[in-house]
Amino acid sequence: MSCMIKSLLLGALLLLGSGSVSAYTLEEFQFDSPEQQTEFRELIAKLRCLVCQNESLAGSQAELAQDLRNEVYRMMRAGQSQDEILDFLVERYGDFVLYDPPLKPSTYLLWFGPFVLIGIAGFVVARTILSKKRAADEPISAAEQERLQALLDNSPDSPSSGPRPT
Amino acid sequence: MSKSVRFLIPLIIFGALVILLVIGLGKDPSKVPSPLIGKQVPVFSLPELTDPGRTVSNKDLKGQISLVNVWASWCGSCRQEHQALMALSKETDFQVVGLNWKDAAQDALAVLRMTGNPYAMVGYDPDNKVGLHWGVYGAPETFVVDQAGIIRYKHIGPIDRKVWEETLQPLVAQLKAEGA
Repeated sequence: MSCMIKSLLLGALLLLGSGSVSAYTLEEFQFDSPEQQTEFRELIAKLRCLVCQNESLAGSQAELAQDLRNEVYRMMRAGQSQDEILDFLVERYGDFVLYDPPLKPSTYLLWFGPFVLIGIAGFVVARTILSKKRAADEPISAAEQERLQALLDNSPDSPSSGPRPT
Repeated sequence: MSKSVRFLIPLIIFGALVILLVIGLGKDPSKVPSPLIGKQVPVFSLPELTDPGRTVSNKDLKGQISLVNVWASWCGSCRQEHQALMALSKETDFQVVGLNWKDAAQDALAVLRMTGNPYAMVGYDPDNKVGLHWGVYGAPETFVVDQAGIIRYKHIGPIDRKVWEETLQPLVAQLKAEGA
């Protein structure tokens, strides 16, 4: 019973909540030209919302994302270039605000690590294959040849290849 | 290389990977390190919340150690740390400065009336104009600013006894020693 009341309350809260949330649309931003609008969209898609970290500024409904969108819009209208706007945000929020991590000493491992691993794996595989091949090519000695012949002769149903009955 | 050592190699790699992943698990991805550490506080000037005739600016953060606490009335964790801040406001080694962030003045003032005001001064920043320059992305956040006005540390989340005793208090003591 109390469970039902709880779910009813939750439903009521959700209804209330949905009324007060105003979803953002790009329509609230006015642009001089379609190019400027495209540039704005590109720019906010490159930036990460720090509250909901798997969303870009373009996709996030978080309030902070709205603030940052407004700031990006304001800076763009003030004639600042994409790089200037990105630098401005990185100075304040760090590289994390960029979806594409920049190439610098602290991110070398991130950028080159996978290639180093592939290189190591390739080296190990190549070495293993080559050593197996060399072993197979080596001629067997006379003693080994004799022993091999003896084994073949002793086997009762040679040259069968199926499982041997016991 | 002998056979026995060779068979240990995958085990060692696996062990290293486990250690790496366990460290990764222990980290909180919502805590983004601030690039402002080691830099001067951003230039700003805001009206004081309790006395709008006064201003709070970056100049107020020079000459003594400051804890700049970002808070809002809508923020539950801020209420959690409020008592801790009240206790800290009695200390004389530093001042506690509030940054009231994305809030309505009357709501913020109501909180201070009901639960006490731990702040030497509170900058009122309803539109995130100044918070943006501090790289604030949530509340509560607390910046430790040294006597020269340089940001030395950023704590994300509420301050509790553990955070104070293990992190902030030693840092304040160190800054005090540096300044003396």
